[in-house]
Amino acid sequence: MTAQPDVQIKPLTLNFGPQHPAAHGVLRLVLEMDGEVIERVDPHIGLLHRGTEKLIEYKTYLQAIPYFDRLDYVSPMNQEHAFALAVEKLLGIEPPKRGQYIRVLFCELTRIANHLLNIATFAIDVGAMTPILWAFEEREKVMEFYERVCGARLHAAYFRPGGVHQDLPAGLVEDIGAFCARFPKHIDDLEGLLTENRIFRQRTVDIGVVSPEQAMDWGFSGPMLRGSGIAWDLRRAQPYDVYEELDFQIPVGKDGDCFARYLVRIEEMRQSLKIIEQCLDKMPDGPVMIENTKVSPPRRAEMKRSMEALIHHFKLYTEGYHVPAGETYTAVEAPKGEFAVFLVSDGSNKPYRCKIRAPGFVHLSSMDELCRGHMLADSVAILGTMDIVFGEVDR
Amino acid sequence: MTSALSPALQELADYVSAAAAEAVEDVESIHGELIVWTGPERLIELLTRLRDDQNLLFKQLMDVTAVDYPDRQKRFEVVYNLLSLKHNQRIRVKLAADEETVVPSAVGVFQSATWLEREIWDLFGIFFSDHPDLRRILTDYGFEGHPLRKDFPLTGYVEVRYDEDQKRVVYEPVKLTQEFRVFDFASPWEGMQSILPGDEKAEADAAGEGKA
Repeated sequence: MTAQPDVQIKPLTLNFGPQHPAAHGVLRLVLEMDGEVIERVDPHIGLLHRGTEKLIEYKTYLQAIPYFDRLDYVSPMNQEHAFALAVEKLLGIEPPKRGQYIRVLFCELTRIANHLLNIATFAIDVGAMTPILWAFEEREKVMEFYERVCGARLHAAYFRPGGVHQDLPAGLVEDIGAFCARFPKHIDDLEGLLTENRIFRQRTVDIGVVSPEQAMDWGFSGPMLRGSGIAWDLRRAQPYDVYEELDFQIPVGKDGDCFARYLVRIEEMRQSLKIIEQCLDKMPDGPVMIENTKVSPPRRAEMKRSMEALIHHFKLYTEGYHVPAGETYTAVEAPKGEFAVFLVSDGSNKPYRCKIRAPGFVHLSSMDELCRGHMLADSVAILGTMDIVFGEVDR
Repeated sequence: MTSALSPALQELADYVSAAAAEAVEDVESIHGELIVWTGPERLIELLTRLRDDQNLLFKQLMDVTAVDYPDRQKRFEVVYNLLSLKHNQRIRVKLAADEETVVPSAVGVFQSATWLEREIWDLFGIFFSDHPDLRRILTDYGFEGHPLRKDFPLTGYVEVRYDEDQKRVVYEPVKLTQEFRVFDFASPWEGMQSILPGDEKAEADAAGEGKA
């Protein structure tokens, strides 16, 4: 060896997570770094894998609903909605109007709660402390609505195939109305902290840019797709329940960067408020659950008098209902993107296969290409803007 | 089981089966959703066609999954769910596979297939050729078996605990304090198909009355 040997520079391998506050749960990233620039990202997921799909195959259709709360635990009701719609499609039933309005109402409340959490945690990831304190205060109010309507703050199990479990309690409509009147002020406050903030802009503008072609190639949906300038929203394009009757706008980002996605989420909260107010206005009276004793439980009072009601109740909560053989891919616009259930029924009382299409899983798979060439600190911003919740990624 | 398609979907079904006649084995519809059957050899051709044809433009592969039917000769169904933003339509591409079938990877056509196919490999053990990075994704490091197969038990084979003496997590065979129970509530009444002796008389009577 006469000349200087070729120096092989091995990139530094850095382990990030699985226990890290900016990892939004249990994400492990194995990063290959060239100085402070990321060369390759290898996300290791599955640390929260609970075998939901396998478990659902062993449960009746009704028992499967609570699993959907535990997927994306930040927006539980939207996911119940997808499953309820899929089962309704296979059963060939349609819930009564009031039930549909309540579902849309709570889906939009959930969207607000989800975006509040996302924006707040995103802000704290890029260095802003205050938004999280303000946003969680508001989020707690939405959680209270949850609690009043179904008894649980998080794991609601409120949407059922055929409608919703119970009617709204007295006074809830007025309180949600009052919340809607106050909430725009809070969005303005949140925006006042972030939108024109120089540090926030430096951390988000031109970070993690996704072109429309890339967004489609990667199977993006929700704010990730709209942030890249594609006006696509399942609530508008393939409306379910009563979205057809409601008036709302679909915000679209321009640049496809983290900042655009942040702005899309802010605007979506305002649009959700608009939808909620319309729901409160238009909601008709009547039953909230389909009155078909083969699918929905009988009323408590009826059970005291009628033998048949008692038998129905017993059969529904032990055997459950049999769903005709068939399959469906039913998608809803969850706050994070297209959440879909691919449900295969073999005619028994248990799903034969229930594949859960989680938006976060697909979004996270683009992590490698999105982070390449960015600084280490930007990976946290990109992760934050993807709105990752590990309950749904790992299932 | 076939149900009626909406006119737009019927048109799409006709167009797809004409445009990619060689790749399409069968077209069916369930609950108004269009399903196209193909084979592993023709899959990539069909997916590329669906993506690039101006009348189709299924630019997004939303989901790839599999279903296990152990009784069938080819036990797996691999299912691709595609979405066309331009035409606001969905289509489902299916192919049958068994443990030995090598399914060509769709990563070259749709990036989003990368993790979705890894997931199928992990949970069903279906092998995808030409996949850039076919590792396990959801299960534990060093996991054995494919949990979403119907013959994999719900309880699994191993459990983990932290061992205080060895100061590390140890793997042990699953010990259940109580046998895993599957309750079968299916009612014998609705399931009974056999005719009780004497019942045929009642039916014959009813038929006779109808004639009279």
